[in-house]
Amino acid sequence: MSSQALVEISDVNFAYDSRPILKGINMTFPKGKLIAIMGLSGCGKTTILRHIGGVLRPTRGYVKVDGQVMHELDHDNLYRMRRKMGMLFQFGALFTDMTVYDNVAFQMREHTQLPEEIIHDMVMMKLHAVGLYGTQNLMPAELSGGMARRVALARTIALDPMLIMYDEPFAGLDPISLTVVGQLIRRLNDALGATSIVVTHDVQESLKIVDYIYFVSDGAIIAEGTADDIRASGEAFVHQFVHGEMDGPIPFHYPGGNYKQDLGVRA
Amino acid sequence: MPVARSLRNIGHRVVNAVWRAGFAARFFAMTLLYSGTSFRRFHLVVREMFSSGVMSLIIILVSGMFVGMVLGLQGYETLKRYGSESALGTLVALSLVRELGPVLAALLFASRAGSAMTAEIGLMKATEQISAMEMMAVNPIARVVAPRFWAGVISMPLLSAMFSAMGVFGGYVVGVVLIGVDEGSFWSQMQSAVDFQHDVLNGVIKSFVFGVAVTVIALFEGYDAPPTAEGVSGATTRTVVQSSLAILILDFILTAFMFRGD
Ligand SMILES: Nc1ncnc2c1ncn2[C@@H]1O[C@H](COP(=O)(O)OP(=O)(O)OP(=O)(O)O)[C@@H](O)[C@H]1O
Ligand SMILES: [Mg+2]
Repeated sequence: MSSQALVEISDVNFAYDSRPILKGINMTFPKGKLIAIMGLSGCGKTTILRHIGGVLRPTRGYVKVDGQVMHELDHDNLYRMRRKMGMLFQFGALFTDMTVYDNVAFQMREHTQLPEEIIHDMVMMKLHAVGLYGTQNLMPAELSGGMARRVALARTIALDPMLIMYDEPFAGLDPISLTVVGQLIRRLNDALGATSIVVTHDVQESLKIVDYIYFVSDGAIIAEGTADDIRASGEAFVHQFVHGEMDGPIPFHYPGGNYKQDLGVRA
Repeated sequence: MPVARSLRNIGHRVVNAVWRAGFAARFFAMTLLYSGTSFRRFHLVVREMFSSGVMSLIIILVSGMFVGMVLGLQGYETLKRYGSESALGTLVALSLVRELGPVLAALLFASRAGSAMTAEIGLMKATEQISAMEMMAVNPIARVVAPRFWAGVISMPLLSAMFSAMGVFGGYVVGVVLIGVDEGSFWSQMQSAVDFQHDVLNGVIKSFVFGVAVTVIALFEGYDAPPTAEGVSGATTRTVVQSSLAILILDFILTAFMFRGD
């Protein structure tokens, strides 16, 4: 891929306690591109995003964002870097003690000196962009799961970040919202000139919008390529994942011993 | 080897407690370090004062009233034996201002507002609101913890003053209105016996120290809680237990320094 990389992940290893989660991840995210990270539940996708945000530090390797190694930044520089990033959390993570309006306005108030009238207009524009104009006075508890995620999306893009990370933006959305959010992610990426990383299980939706895809399994990259590469891929794993087949190299079950024996079934 | 195992258990607990005390101290230092925002944007503190201070007001006032009434009854019974019922005002006021006001108000504050603080911060952490804030380059210690800390520290002396005032009123109602102690001597003896610096100021210092202890414990427990339902509920219980103990132990130490030799 092109040399103008905004994010570069190089040989990143990471373990929780002594359980290895990431095993030598290498990824490149060129400026202006929309890239998906796919993989089964628990394979370490969120963990990768946390490394890019500088929340976790790798046990080996490094993550470079905009030329800077994340785990070497001090507090102030790390925060300066994070101002340029937006992250949509898997479960929204809206501030439950604030209205929708205040949630979206949060970063504008924290990081800018803008007068309240301008903040008002900006909030309304962001809410309109996610199709939720009119909900500004609701509390997060009064939103459905899908609405909460869209408010969180509006909050994520509040300050037009240069790097936007989406953790499962499609989970729990109805088919219409799903297409809308998919298109929105694509349009935001192109309109803001941002770089976007989408973590998702939703192969069909993401194949429509992304430029490049990484497949992660068990903490390592096992396939990568453009949407067309992936669709045409003959690799058994990718084929199974894209077509959602039961049988294939990916076991559905956790490696948990002999189930039949546990139930007392004699072979 | 049950002996070895239990020894190891004890050792483990002690080491753990020391670690946690260290973390708590560091947390306290960070809170102070990042307090700038709280004062630059004082409305954040005022909001928290409303939710922790004002919400505790009712329980503080009612409790203060009843404690004062009990003091009036018990004090009258005791003083009557020595024929000095007129000192009832002094007894009620001194007990409240020096001891019961700061201590009981702090205990009530810990169980009403402290536990709520722990639960709120623990839930914010469990639902990734704290992580989200960090990812938005907003320091959660500065934005969430410090305003609550200062709100607690400012509210505590005010609440304890109100507790004492209500208590004095309760003592007055029982002693003067119901039992019939002379009103003039009730107030005048109180006025001449209670010294501003020695009694009132020391009481305020006590409640200030309790306010620091209760809010630091509550905020630390919330911030340190495992991000699960059991984690948060356990932390809430620990807040109440630990801050009650801390209040009573600190009260003994402070009293020993403030009121010895008189
Ligand atoms: N705080 C933690 N402590 C210990 N282990 C953790 C922690 N967070 C995650 N893990 C483990 O790390 C592994 C990867 O987690 P991660 O959240 O990155 O998965 P994921 O790919 O995002 O999954 P999903 O698609 O379900 O969100 C999981 O097996 C999980 O058990
Ligand atoms: Mg995840």
